[in-house]
Amino acid sequence: MSLYFLCFILFCVGLYAVLRKRNIIKIIIGIGIIEYAVNLFIILLGYRLQGRAPILSGDQEVLNMVDPLPQAMVLTTIVVGLAVVVILTGLAIRIYEKYGTFDITKIRRLRG
Amino acid sequence: MTILPFFIIIPLAGAFLSALLGRRVKLFSDATAVLSCGALTLFSLNVVKLIGAHKFLAYNMGGWMPPLGLSLALDGLSSLILVAVNLVSLMAAVYAVSYMRIYTEKWKFFSLFLLMLAGMNGVVLSSDMFNLYVFLEVASISGYALVAFGTEPEDLEAAFKYAVMGSLASVFILLGIALLYGYTSTLNMADISVVLSSKPRGTLVGFVSVLFLAGFGLKAALVPFHAWLPDAHSSAPSPVSAVLSGVFIKTLGIYAMMRVFFNVLGISDKVLLILMVLGVLSMVAGALLAIIKNDIKRMFAYSSISQVGYIIFALGIGTPLALLGGLFHLFNHAMFKSLLFLDAGAIEYSTGKRSLEKLGGLSSKLKVTGFTSLIGSMSISGIPPLAGFWSKLIIIIAALQSGYFGFASIAVIVSIITLAYYTKFQTFAFYGKLDEAYSYIKEAALSMKVSMLALSLICIAGGLLLLPSMRPFLQSAADVLSNGSGYAGAFLGAVK
Repeated sequence: MSLYFLCFILFCVGLYAVLRKRNIIKIIIGIGIIEYAVNLFIILLGYRLQGRAPILSGDQEVLNMVDPLPQAMVLTTIVVGLAVVVILTGLAIRIYEKYGTFDITKIRRLRG
Repeated sequence: MTILPFFIIIPLAGAFLSALLGRRVKLFSDATAVLSCGALTLFSLNVVKLIGAHKFLAYNMGGWMPPLGLSLALDGLSSLILVAVNLVSLMAAVYAVSYMRIYTEKWKFFSLFLLMLAGMNGVVLSSDMFNLYVFLEVASISGYALVAFGTEPEDLEAAFKYAVMGSLASVFILLGIALLYGYTSTLNMADISVVLSSKPRGTLVGFVSVLFLAGFGLKAALVPFHAWLPDAHSSAPSPVSAVLSGVFIKTLGIYAMMRVFFNVLGISDKVLLILMVLGVLSMVAGALLAIIKNDIKRMFAYSSISQVGYIIFALGIGTPLALLGGLFHLFNHAMFKSLLFLDAGAIEYSTGKRSLEKLGGLSSKLKVTGFTSLIGSMSISGIPPLAGFWSKLIIIIAALQSGYFGFASIAVIVSIITLAYYTKFQTFAFYGKLDEAYSYIKEAALSMKVSMLALSLICIAGGLLLLPSMRPFLQSAADVLSNGSGYAGAFLGAVK
């Protein structure tokens, strides 16, 4: 239970960074933290204490095994998260070239 | 049914080929994009015919049976959205062949465009929650890149804002999927619905509903979550704005929301009420914000929020007639809003301006643009014989039948406000005195005219979809929603 709680705190840390920070690099890091918190959560869903890898073999019976599906899902979400971070960072670099700042309160040409 | 994977294979292959050869071979990427969108449009029309005969098509990937394997599923609702997505994408691709000349690196544009199309088709066809998430991200990420395509400071700012909001939305959706998986131990939509119906309705389903409402609401730009839409849709190149506003927010937001709430989680009165209130809020706020705008594309973007409000409001009423009206409005809005964005692009192409204050008297110079945008404006504001009138009429009648007199009158008033700001757009842009500076301007290029005229023809003829012979197209989609958890039975029957 405490693991889930820590995972939730990690999620909130990321959310705080996205909502409160003014530097766009810190916002990107916040997005990354949120994604890792969700990935961790998905892994925890399939985890079992003392569980072993779910590999099927003829001569032995596996009783207590970890659910492999969340791990496969997390592999995919890590890649998706990478794509998001790459595109955000690319945008941040171009924004810095155009505006000369990373401060979102100064990047405000669009209004209303 | 082996036709289904092609909706994803064709655009993915097109994107790959145009990235590979587009730089070297001139016009290769244009041809790839137009041909693949054209093929997909034909396929989607063919699928509508198949749906009339079979009701439900499914394709098991790699021959694995669900719930273990992934499968693509197609029913009335998906076929309606597929037609809208592929038709609008075809028009936008044809339009972009000329329009994107004002940008550099056209092949990158078409590559991203096809990737976005692959994502949208995937969202519509997937019958698996995690698959839905992956396709949603494919479409969203290419969407972020396309919004920033112009690389002006405003475009980058809008794209950054959109990317942050969009990835937050995706995270909420993923969290919801994870919780649902933890509760039901399956990811297949039909299977989730079966498992949920056998379990007591705990608080977890409510929490998951809230997560999905926030996630898909952000993607659909419902009112408390709408802040990114006007920036993103007005900064993107016009063909992209047309696809984003016309079908992107509907596939990723509204379609996914409908599928998840009506067919998977099972709709409850509370969710319907929330949808209705959010719909009315979006309707009113979008219209009021649109009327004070002077930038054409920004006005259209706010108008999208308002019209999406109509669709969500109709879904919230929940009666079969309201669902029919909502889906009909969804289809119509896809057509006329993409037409209007293409028109805005044509005005910008000819004059280089987007602000209403600086335009005027263009109808004498830009005949096709003037005519098509008049059709689009009349259709969206609900002038009788055009398509938009019928869908709004059905929604309002359905609201009155269910006894929501207050909301129905708000819908009528918002429709009048819509008429007001489209009249403003017409008067300021096309009537009045022509500025000296615009005496030399030229009408848009041929391919732009073709796609604008084709879309305006659909806007004029759209009302015919209500005729008894064309009715099954909309009715089968509305039936999927009113059938609710019957989706699971239909799916399991089709994959056998």
